[in-house]
Amino acid sequence: MKLSALQQSYLGRRSNSFRSSGPLDSSSDGAFKSPAAVFWLVLHGLSCLISLLLGFRFSRLVFLLLSTSSTYTSPFHSPTELAKTLDIRSVIPADPVGNVPLPFPNKTATNSRVVVGRHGIRIRPWPHPNPVEVMKAHRIIERVQTEQRLQFGVKDPRKIIVVTPTYVRTFQSLHLTGVMHSLMLVPYDLVWIVVEAGGVSNETASLIAKSGLRTIHVGFSQRMPNSWDERHKLETKMRLRGLRIVREKILDGIVIFADDSNMHSMELFDEIQNVKWFGAVSVGILANSANIDEMVVEKRGEEENPRMPVQGPACNVSNMLAGWHTFNTLPFAGKSAVYIDDRATVLPRKLEWSGFVLNSRLLWKDGDKPEWMKDIDTLDGDIESPLDLVKDPSVVEPLGSCGRRVLLWWLRVEARADSKFPPRWIIDPPLEITVPSKLTPWPDTPPELPSHEKPVIGIQEPIVKHTTKTRTSRSKRRSKRKHDETRTDRRTTGFDKTLQN
Amino acid sequence: MSKCLWLWGLLFIALGFAWSITAERNPRTERISGSAGDVLEDDPVGRLKVYVYELPSKYNKKILQKDPRCLSHMFAAEIFMHRFLLSSPVRTLNPEEADWFYTPIYATCDLTPTGLPLPFKSPRMVRSAIQLISSSWPYWNRTEGADHFFVVPHDFGACFHYQEEKATERGILPILRRATLVQTFGQRNHVCLNEGSITIPPYAPPQKMQARQIPPDTPRSIFVYFRGLFYDVNNDPEGGYYARGARAAVWENFKSNPLFDISTEHPTTYYEDMQRAIFCLCPLGWAPWSPRLVEAVVFGCIPVIIADDIVLPFADAIPWEEIGVFVAEEDVPKLDKILTSIPPHVILRKQRLLANPSMKRAMLFPQPTPPGDAFHQILNGLARKLPHPKSVYLKPGEKILNWTAGPITDLKPW
Repeated sequence: MKLSALQQSYLGRRSNSFRSSGPLDSSSDGAFKSPAAVFWLVLHGLSCLISLLLGFRFSRLVFLLLSTSSTYTSPFHSPTELAKTLDIRSVIPADPVGNVPLPFPNKTATNSRVVVGRHGIRIRPWPHPNPVEVMKAHRIIERVQTEQRLQFGVKDPRKIIVVTPTYVRTFQSLHLTGVMHSLMLVPYDLVWIVVEAGGVSNETASLIAKSGLRTIHVGFSQRMPNSWDERHKLETKMRLRGLRIVREKILDGIVIFADDSNMHSMELFDEIQNVKWFGAVSVGILANSANIDEMVVEKRGEEENPRMPVQGPACNVSNMLAGWHTFNTLPFAGKSAVYIDDRATVLPRKLEWSGFVLNSRLLWKDGDKPEWMKDIDTLDGDIESPLDLVKDPSVVEPLGSCGRRVLLWWLRVEARADSKFPPRWIIDPPLEITVPSKLTPWPDTPPELPSHEKPVIGIQEPIVKHTTKTRTSRSKRRSKRKHDETRTDRRTTGFDKTLQN
Repeated sequence: MSKCLWLWGLLFIALGFAWSITAERNPRTERISGSAGDVLEDDPVGRLKVYVYELPSKYNKKILQKDPRCLSHMFAAEIFMHRFLLSSPVRTLNPEEADWFYTPIYATCDLTPTGLPLPFKSPRMVRSAIQLISSSWPYWNRTEGADHFFVVPHDFGACFHYQEEKATERGILPILRRATLVQTFGQRNHVCLNEGSITIPPYAPPQKMQARQIPPDTPRSIFVYFRGLFYDVNNDPEGGYYARGARAAVWENFKSNPLFDISTEHPTTYYEDMQRAIFCLCPLGWAPWSPRLVEAVVFGCIPVIIADDIVLPFADAIPWEEIGVFVAEEDVPKLDKILTSIPPHVILRKQRLLANPSMKRAMLFPQPTPPGDAFHQILNGLARKLPHPKSVYLKPGEKILNWTAGPITDLKPW
């Protein structure tokens, strides 16, 4: 491909190329012999010299004047500047090109309306994108992409039922908005079941109402406890509550557990369409460590490269489920967070719920479902991991090319239990006391100087490299400096003050 | 009796059902039928016979040995055509029963160091070859070349020059004026396109393109794509000559438009980007044809052809107006309006036509040649011109061609 573009470019004039007898053979048309041609050549040379002096194309002006007065000679031997010219980009501003009736060179042999020679470069008056056209183009792109998805994407996509346990706290807005936006981008039908600890609240309701998705918002009577262990247990109960809703409403689709602090990729929703009954995906674990130095020292001691730990199905060579990758909690033994306020690492469970998807028919009371699925009404007690829902863990289908693709990430970041935040993140009433901060590097009162002075001042202190620049710009503005002296002095003293603080 | 009828009726219905299911009801593609009918999948074997002249190797093999770059540049069709014909079932070793005669000359293989073919010796080479065949075999003189065909993939075909003015001055080589020319150049009402010529696509390497396919569910997110020169600063610094000002107009009007992904860079992901684009611009350069058309068709990107009066490859077999978008050079400033005003169902139909595998096959010259590829389309085109009208056969002693016409330098021996 590289060659072809270059080739096209060099196709026209290859006078630079290496030739032995080429030019002598081809260009001996006899044009050099006639006196008329010699005259044109001399004239051309002369006008070239004049153009050099004047700075614009003198020859064009001459030929324009000539063409209006003289008769027209044969098309191919005359200079091709006389060809149709609608040149808008003319060098001479007062060029009367538009007014001159353009001589139309007639092609001797054929009646083609396509003319060889110089043509004008047509530019429209406002060569910038038209917003209406841009919107139409985007609609076309959308239509083409939906068609592509219909043809090459998932056939017969099923509805996705998302179960999310949540509760009102400082970080809820952050986490829930992330999940909400991910779900809004999903191209399939969606039902979002939000189970809230501590009862239904306006906070959560207003947040999820912005999504425009079909939501089922239920409350759970217990409040979220402070210790991580208790929290995990309560979340499990809340998820079961969500599953019970699926059973009650006989929702049909694929159930996925989206914890509000997780990060989902769009490929996840495409991949889970492949599940038949019960599937598992790989979850990347982002266990943040409060004590970074210790971790680094430990890692240097170990031989293996520090990779992100992944939880999910493990396959053997024939792509059958062989076991499970879980998070190695040994390095964190004794150093993990117990309470939400701890500054230690928050650990995930052995197997996170968010890594499992199930067909909602498994939850229905009747209907044909495999016999290895336990009835969720019968289990109410402690379920350690989602594998307790099935009698035989080997029936789980590994998804995402057998667990090799990480499609979502687990992360637990929470504020302290007693942290406060304005309800619905609206500051009402407005804050009364404003404390001026003197740590800003710019002065409080905006200067009334022309804008070109500002960068001179701005780069005085921190960047030493640009001193030459400031010197030259200062020298140019000597005249202005006199009456600006006082102002600059004030400003520099202001600077010194701020830097001392 | 009535039972028999019922049985037959049921059988018919069942057959009809089965046929309708197995027929090309694929919603992704659509059948292509041009002005000559549904001819892309015709099999030329049995419809024509081609005799290949045995020329001394100085006309073909020795030239190729001197410069093997000829096998991979966009003019390589002449070499591959020769190789295909040598081993094809349409070849006959008996010239008496041949319908068409092929002369294997590699006229476009005299390359500069940068890889561009020089056409200055080609007229002499062709002339000397025809002198040879007319003296050694009687078939040329029988019709003065009317049942012979030549592959001339150069810029302006058999006019043998790269500058359009010089090429039109020369016109088609006088001794080739009765022969059928298989060429890449095509422009209506142009001297260098003869009435019965067959336009073919330029050679594009099929393996390279096949190797760089991306998954078809990658969403097409680029609206318009183009990579190439807008101004030829070496030969036409002011603009206006190159591409008749059309490429420069594209740049000046749309360089700030986010929908137009156009630039002069040479990205390594050129083929992949084409597969992510909806429209690919195919403007003219110094000559109206370019391999971009082939690449656009293979990658499913709708070609936007900006070249007035161009004749596209296999114009009678492929309905290009239904597949590509034609924009007049004077309408280039309104290109965005033209493209966005195409209704979406038309765009989807064009994409379906492009997705037809026979369309992609017809544009390529793969080795070994499967049925339906460009070689077979050329043979189909030749077969459609049969039978030769009686008028092409000259009476003994009758001469139409002027062997001494043309510039004096062409008459020198090669």
